[in-house]
Amino acid sequence: MSLHTLSVAELVTGLAAKKFSAVELTEHFLARIGLMNEALNAYITVTPERALADARRADAARSAGQAVLLTGLPLAHKDIFCTDGVRTTCGSKMLGEFVAPYDATIVERLQAAGTVTLGKTNMDEFAMGSSNETSYFGPVRNPWDLAKVPGGSSGGSAAAVAARLAPVATGTDTGGSIRQPAALVGISGIKPTYGRVSRYGMIAFASSLDQAGVMAASAADCAYLLQAMAGFDPRDSTSVNAPVPNYVAELTTPLQGLRIGVVREFFGPGLETATGALVQAAIEQYRALGATIVDVSCPNLPLSVPTYYVVAPAECSSNLSRFDGVRFGYRCQEPRDLMDLYKRSRGEGFGDEVKRRIMTGTYVLSAGYYDAYYLQAQKVRNLISAEFKHAFTQADLLIGPTSPTTAFDIGSKVDDPITMYLNDIYTIGANLAGLPAMSIPCGFSQNLPVGLQLLGPHFSESRILSAAHGYQSVTDFHQRVPAAYV
Amino acid sequence: MTDTATPMNAAATGDWEVVIGLEIHAQLATRSKIFSGSATEYGASPNSQANLVDLGYPGVLPVLNAEAVRMAVKFGLATGATIASTSVFARKNYFYPDLPKGYQISQYERPIVERGSLEILLEDGTHKVVGITRAHLEEDAGKSMHEGLLNSSGIDLNRAGTPLLEIVSEPDMRSAKEAVSYLKKMHTLVRYLEICDGNMQEGSFRCDANVSVRRRGAEKFGTRCEIKNVNSFRYVEKAINYEVLRQIDVLEGGGTIRQETRLYDSAKDETRPMRSKEEANDYRYFPDPDLLPVVIAADFIDSVRATLPELPDQKAARFAAQYGLQIYDAGVLTASRELANYYEAVVQKLAGDALGAKLAANWVMGDFSGFLNRDGLELAAAKVSAESLAGLLIRIIDQTISGKIAKDVFEQMWADGSDADVVIEAKGLRQITDTTEIEQAIDNVMAANSNQLNDYRSGKDKLFGFFVGQVMKATGGKANPAQLNELLKKKLSA
Repeated sequence: MSLHTLSVAELVTGLAAKKFSAVELTEHFLARIGLMNEALNAYITVTPERALADARRADAARSAGQAVLLTGLPLAHKDIFCTDGVRTTCGSKMLGEFVAPYDATIVERLQAAGTVTLGKTNMDEFAMGSSNETSYFGPVRNPWDLAKVPGGSSGGSAAAVAARLAPVATGTDTGGSIRQPAALVGISGIKPTYGRVSRYGMIAFASSLDQAGVMAASAADCAYLLQAMAGFDPRDSTSVNAPVPNYVAELTTPLQGLRIGVVREFFGPGLETATGALVQAAIEQYRALGATIVDVSCPNLPLSVPTYYVVAPAECSSNLSRFDGVRFGYRCQEPRDLMDLYKRSRGEGFGDEVKRRIMTGTYVLSAGYYDAYYLQAQKVRNLISAEFKHAFTQADLLIGPTSPTTAFDIGSKVDDPITMYLNDIYTIGANLAGLPAMSIPCGFSQNLPVGLQLLGPHFSESRILSAAHGYQSVTDFHQRVPAAYV
Repeated sequence: MTDTATPMNAAATGDWEVVIGLEIHAQLATRSKIFSGSATEYGASPNSQANLVDLGYPGVLPVLNAEAVRMAVKFGLATGATIASTSVFARKNYFYPDLPKGYQISQYERPIVERGSLEILLEDGTHKVVGITRAHLEEDAGKSMHEGLLNSSGIDLNRAGTPLLEIVSEPDMRSAKEAVSYLKKMHTLVRYLEICDGNMQEGSFRCDANVSVRRRGAEKFGTRCEIKNVNSFRYVEKAINYEVLRQIDVLEGGGTIRQETRLYDSAKDETRPMRSKEEANDYRYFPDPDLLPVVIAADFIDSVRATLPELPDQKAARFAAQYGLQIYDAGVLTASRELANYYEAVVQKLAGDALGAKLAANWVMGDFSGFLNRDGLELAAAKVSAESLAGLLIRIIDQTISGKIAKDVFEQMWADGSDADVVIEAKGLRQITDTTEIEQAIDNVMAANSNQLNDYRSGKDKLFGFFVGQVMKATGGKANPAQLNELLKKKLSA
């Protein structure tokens, strides 16, 4: 039995039946990480002692009859979530040595649900990037082809799950940072509704867009994790106080009669032909499963990239002001005075992409430019939300590709930010409108995975997960593992 | 905080009209901070009242303190303002070591309170309504400390995140006196509402003044300067007066006023430039995405309205009507809720006496307030309770002692908290009202001063006072003055 090929349901059942212990399971994944992480660079920090201690506690709890939903399940956290006592770098030199004195809400909740933390995964610096190349800790490699990027910003979590160096991992999605890497490495990833999962303890990039979610092999695996993460948090004013459905139990909701809208704007120029064809085939699969396919249009959706690149930098320019070298994080050597401390700590602590966005954001919020950029972007954002809302009167879910292309070569787009930004053209809309959205694998183009995206109205996670699960019940793309990691 | 600043009237500014607007920062008396659960108590050791939210740690988020909202609404209702059904918190971005997040959470385009007003009483007895443009909620910054640290600065973030209500007036005031009168009235109001302790030394109530001058009759305002953080009523008046004369000097010398922020130096009694408009930060305000808009429903407003106390103006009007006081006296007695309550408690003990209310007013405003000021005491610390002051006044009314003797009795009461009757008995101060006894004393004095008696009887009326004094001396000041007058007149002219 290869423990790393089991689903969460199988792992949970196996642990409950004492087919294997949490310690054995944890040791298995730690051994794989020891062997394979160096080439992938998926983890920034691995915490074997802590993981084994957690695993021993989990086994003890099970023996004492105190096991809960996920007792003994190992996982990895994106290094954007604060973890008490373990460094949280956010992929940046600025926080290279930063140890948070507290746990993020989702870290706390997953611990309470019994999980064992293997370590913290690599990511684009402050989650700003679509290829994981902006990480101060070096790029992550795609397990399907080490010359390719795994996508970003949750590239470390994506590669770790794809190579089965963790059964599941947390991620965050501000403009596609869960879905795009999930697509590029052939796994499943869900970005819940804005407000469904607490942002407390998740280092902010763009507060009105950031949302924590799950990356795993299948939709069913995602359901288990989301169950433990979702729900109101009084420490996050933007988290929503609404009941959390039973995602796992509702996975088998039938597809019969489901209206799926094909968004015309998702199939414009820029979409690779092979990717487009695989997405079309998946749509046909849904038709065969009993869903009704309808055409919908969101005419302003193509404006989502420029809109995003005003809103997100504006918020990040303010969110990242706290990294000033005064209280925590990187501080330059021998500052001459206060201004020198600020300038050099930030100048030396942040990478190029982060600086580019801070400068863009500072510019769009400046007196004289605010109306033309920031306000205008908010108007377009409202238009896009309204168009989605209208589309959901015609369809229960929307469908399209996750990314216009498969994984590209490391280094091929780093000097061309605009082309890089266009990677997120299909994913950003969900963030602007706060909608839940998911990417699942739907085939391969030249041995590289292709992702299918499902979007739903606010708080329709259960419907999205069950639609994805229905597809995965008749396909096996989500079970494929790159040859080197079988 | 007494008013010793030189008064400046219209004549002193000649052809120039003074225009003043005030921005008041009132620290709200909530138990915890505006966006975190840390305590707000003053004077704790540095950084002992700053949690991760106050320190702006990565990943933390603000959660609005509902009590601060309730207090802002209370203020809005008390000033007849509009309470915004939706108000929005915005970020004011700038770098400063005592500003942990690199931005201050404030309200910008959509404040919680708009368009209120406050009526002030001017020296000539007339009233003036000062407009309140807006009042908004915001968090305070921390404090940078530069003293006693070699080659470095310290930061105390205890104050960071303390809730403030910034109250912005219209440029309606026309002299430093008016500005002080507005400031005092606001100080009274926030304490009445129990939304701010008003402690100016600890910075719970502070003020920036926007000052400009223009030619009388001119429509356009002159260029203004903002004087920062003046922390007493007296300094506000002095700082404004200095600034007004400085601006007039510059303008009359053919110069122009630069829009700038100035600091008042109380030691030198002058204002100095701090930063000009060109050096001012671009704060890049935008709505804070971590906080939802504050939506206030009508029933919430009603519930706050139900908690409004009797306001200073209402109380003063009632005192004037109910106790037959001059409106000015009523204003003095109601300047603080404590003093007003004290006065009413005294009056209640004197119930039924027509003169009691007036007598109590004179004593509470006079000796009682005077002694509080002299000793720098809060009302609550005074040893003379309302009941015991009433006990003293009853002895004046029933003529057991004279008003003059009462002052001596009060001294003793103030010093050791004893009751009036105890002091009167112990010192034998009971007034002599026995006619025979007074007549006996008069006879003795007349016999001993035959020369003066002859002079008086031959027309030297002025000597009447001499006889009064002699009899008082003979009776140890205890003769009832009215009786003494009457009996003396009778005997002298007999």
